[in-house]
This record gives sequence, C-alpha cells and structure tokens, in this order.
Amino acid sequence: MSMLAGLWEPFATFGFMRRALVASITLGMGAGPVGVLLQLRRMSLIGDAMSHAILPGAAIGFLAAGGLSLTAMGLGGIAAGLGVALLAGLVSRRTHLAEDASFASFYLTSLALGVLIVSARGSNIDLLHVLFGTILAIDGPALYLMAGITTLSVCLLSFIWRPLVMECVDPGFMRMTGSRGALYHMVFLFLVVINLVAGFEALGTLMSVGMMMVPAATARLWTRRLVPMMALSATVGMLAGYTGLLVSYHFRLAAGPCIILTCSAAYLFSLITSPAGIRAGGGSSPFRSH
Amino acid sequence: MSHGAIGLDDAGVTLHGTPVWQHVTGSFAPGSMTAIAGANGAGKSTLLRAILGEVPLATGRITLGGLRAQDFGYLPQARIIDRAFPISVTDMVLGGAWRQTGAFGAASRAVRQRAADALCRVGLEKQAGRMIDALSAGQFQRLLFARLLMTDASVIMLDEPFTALDAPTTQDLLALVREWHAQGRTIIAVLHDMHQIRTCFPHVVLLSGGQAIWGETARILTPGTLQRAYDTPQATPWAGGPA
Ligand SMILES: Nc1ncnc2c1ncn2[C@@H]1O[C@H](COP(=O)(O)OP(=O)(O)OP(=O)(O)O)[C@@H](O)[C@H]1O
Ligand SMILES: [Mg+2]
Repeated sequence: MSMLAGLWEPFATFGFMRRALVASITLGMGAGPVGVLLQLRRMSLIGDAMSHAILPGAAIGFLAAGGLSLTAMGLGGIAAGLGVALLAGLVSRRTHLAEDASFASFYLTSLALGVLIVSARGSNIDLLHVLFGTILAIDGPALYLMAGITTLSVCLLSFIWRPLVMECVDPGFMRMTGSRGALYHMVFLFLVVINLVAGFEALGTLMSVGMMMVPAATARLWTRRLVPMMALSATVGMLAGYTGLLVSYHFRLAAGPCIILTCSAAYLFSLITSPAGIRAGGGSSPFRSH
Repeated sequence: MSHGAIGLDDAGVTLHGTPVWQHVTGSFAPGSMTAIAGANGAGKSTLLRAILGEVPLATGRITLGGLRAQDFGYLPQARIIDRAFPISVTDMVLGGAWRQTGAFGAASRAVRQRAADALCRVGLEKQAGRMIDALSAGQFQRLLFARLLMTDASVIMLDEPFTALDAPTTQDLLALVREWHAQGRTIIAVLHDMHQIRTCFPHVVLLSGGQAIWGETARILTPGTLQRAYDTPQATPWAGGPA
C-alpha cells in the first residue's frame, strides 16, 4: 500500500470506516458552531457539565431498552440534559450562585448516578461503550439520527442567529426589547444537548463534548469574526475526524480518542503558530487576563 | 407613534426590607420629555426598572397605557455587555432591528441602509466595519444610541446616558434625544447635570427623601428642593438659581 493510498483506502475497503467518517464529519459540522457560541458565552464548563448530565438519562434509556439502544438512550439523554439545564437555570435564579457554579454541582452527581445505573444491569463493556462510545460500530439508523440532529442544529442556529447573538453580547437588551431572551437561551441549551447526544453514540458521553470545545478553541485563535470562526471550528472538527480515523486505523489505536487528540493537536499547533496564540502573550503587561 | 401614558399610582418599592421611595403618583404623558433627578441612591434607576417591570412594587401600581415591552428602548446605567464578543459595529446596530430582520437574520437592503444611517447619525460611519472591542467608551455609547435608533421604540428610557462622555459627544447625543422627542417619542432620562435638565427637559421627577416631586422643571428645581434632595449644603453648585 502506497502512502497515498493509505489516505483513502481504509475508507474504500471498510464500511465501518466509511460510516465512522460520515459520523465524525456530521458531528464536527453540528458541534463546531455550537461550541464557538458556548465558549464566547463563557459557558465552557456548562458544556462539560451537560455532557455528564446526559449520562444518567442515557443509562435509564439503556435500562428501559434492555441494552444499547440508540433511540431509548438518545431520548433519555435529551430529557436528562434539558432537565438539568432547566434545573440549573432555576437554581441560579433562586439562589445567588452563578449558573456556572450551579451546573458544576450537578456534574459529579450525574456522572456517579449514570455509572451506577449502567453498572447495576449492564456489563463493564456496556459501561465502556456508554462512557467512551463506539465510533467504529455506528450503524445506519445512528447515522440518520446524527445527520438529522446536525441538520436541525444548523437550521435552528441560522434561524435564531441574530437574537441569539444579541442575547450573547447583551442579555439585558434582549430582556428589554422582547422579553424573549430566555427563550433563545433555552433554544441554545437545547442545541448543546442534542449535539452532545449526537456525539454520544460515537464518542461516548465523556468525549462528545471534546468535539464541541476543542475545535472551537482552535478556531478562536485564528479569527475574530464570528461566522468564519464557526465555519473554521466545524472544519477543524471534520478534518480531525478524518485524520483521527486514519491514525487509529494505521496505528491500531482506539478511534474516539484519536479523533479528540487530533483536535487537541490542531489546538496545540494553533496555540504555537497563530498570531493570537502564545506568541501574542509576550506583551509587556504583567497583568494579562487570559 | 403615541401609545398611552405611563402612570404611577401611589407606587412604592421596597428592596430587601428597605423602602426606596413610597407614595409616588404621577404620569409620563405620551411624547413628554422628563428628567429624573436625585442624589446617588435616591432610587432613580429603580424607578426606571419599576416601569419596565424588573423591580416588583410593594404598594400601588404602574399602568402602561397599552405599551408593550417592545415599545420601550432602555439604556441601563450599568450594563453587562460582553465587549470582547466578536461582533462588528454594524452587526451590533443591526441587532437593534432583529425583529425586522426576521428569519435567518438576513437584513434587507432597507434595514442595512437604516443601520448605516443610524451610524452616520451618531458619527460612527468610519467605525462601521470595526469590532466592538475596538471602540472607546464614548464611541461605544454612541453605538448604543445608534442601536436604540434602530429599535424604533416609542418610549426611550436613558439611565445617566452622558456619564463619562466629553462635551462634543454629550452635545451630539443630547441633540439626538431632542430629535426623538420632536418625533413624538416619550423620553425619560436620569441625569445629574441640572443645567442640561433646565435647558432641555420640560418636566422633572426629583426623588428626595423617599418621595417624588413631580412637575414642570422650573417649578420643581428650586434651591430649596435641590438642597433637600441632595442634602449637602456645602456642595450644591447647581442650586444657585435657574440657568
Ligand atoms: N438589589 C438591591 N438590593 C437592595 N437594595 C438595593 C438594590 N438595588 C438598589 N438598592 C438600593 O436602592 C436604592 C436606590 O438605588 P438606585 O440604584 O435606584 O439609586 P440611583 O438613584 O439610581 O443612584 P445612582 O445615582 O447612584 O445611580 C439605593 O439605596 C440602593 O442601595
Ligand atoms: Mg442609578
């Protein structure tokens, strides 16, 4: 096998590699833009907490279906994710805790609960699948679900674009002029949840958030314009999917971690080479805020 | 343009057990231009927020005469705006008209033209393509006025809009406020500059000792009422008679 053939042959030869490729491209496209907004809103932690919150929901779906069922676990995950989003919103409104802090306190509870539920019924293998995903075992229905979620996500995002961006920059203004700011915020959290659920089958609950945050962090280093930033974030995610799968194939490594680590490599590379990266940090002020 | 009047009827606000102001009765007529004055902590910002329904009333009521939330344009005193957010000056102004821009946020030619006009009106046409974090504080305030211009609100509430602005900027923006007034919009502005109030605002609400003194500016702003409102006899340079 020549070097060049190695770049496409695994996908031409194996159906599971093709499906994995489509899955990671789909995930990158959906999660990338959402991740950018999540970071710009300084809600990175919330994405992380949300991905943990999905776990007990998915685990209950696992129990109800009596095994690894995408539909049951997906629905359970969406329900749990939205439940936690609502609950955290409520808590931060009632108490003086910031939203970040209230999310963080649900974080480990959810993880523990999810692991408890899965391990009560399933095998250790099941637990591993739920936690870390099985991107090489994606089947047709799972692909349809991911594609559906990505389509919905991209459409919703463009549909509520302006109010959502205004809500991010200046929440008070939205509250004033339409009193609908909370609605757009909820739609946004919904987008976060469904994208995490989409990534869940492929990358597992713990790593699907990586596809959302790492490409976004990379894109932020290269541009200060919002739309190019989102496009770049999606592109990085998709390319990392392809590259990660190739690396995992040729070096016989686990596929999910390879994809996320490729994202990380892109981030590291950007951090070193981009004008906004560590080179920009050499300024004279000792009080840099980032 | 003129919707109903905003009326306060024996209204009172209590924050965390401490009364801010009580028994406030009065109304902002449609198309009127009213200044709100009073010492720091007198409850000026609270009054604006009570009208917007952000602060609950302990007593009495506030009627909005059929005005809806989107009829209000509000410039808060301390605003949480993420100045680091990567958005251009033009997009920020377009955000003021997102109701008109509609699905997919595609702004029509007409809306874009209005945004460009709004930026021109506040003297920011050269900065239109910049990101918002590349504006000075005064330029940013101009930007917020331009966005207010886009909302086409019939009631405009400004909480200390000219604080920390230089004289030319203040004059420009004050002229804009007067233009809004001339178009028949209702203006309610919290101000500290008595000269400004006397020269531009026919009506005033002076918050003083937990009460509101409400009426024509010349009648309300007397050395006596000002002294009582600010309660600092040695430091009331503007109390020395009408300008
Ligand atoms: N969230 C709050 N909780 C408790 N008390 C509050 C709260 N907000 C304001 N207050 C109190 O209510 C009073 C009125 O506050 P407000 O902000 O309306 O004053 P202001 O007239 O706008 O003052 P300034 O000129 O400093 O802006 C103050 O005494 C303040 O301490
Ligand atoms: Mg105030």
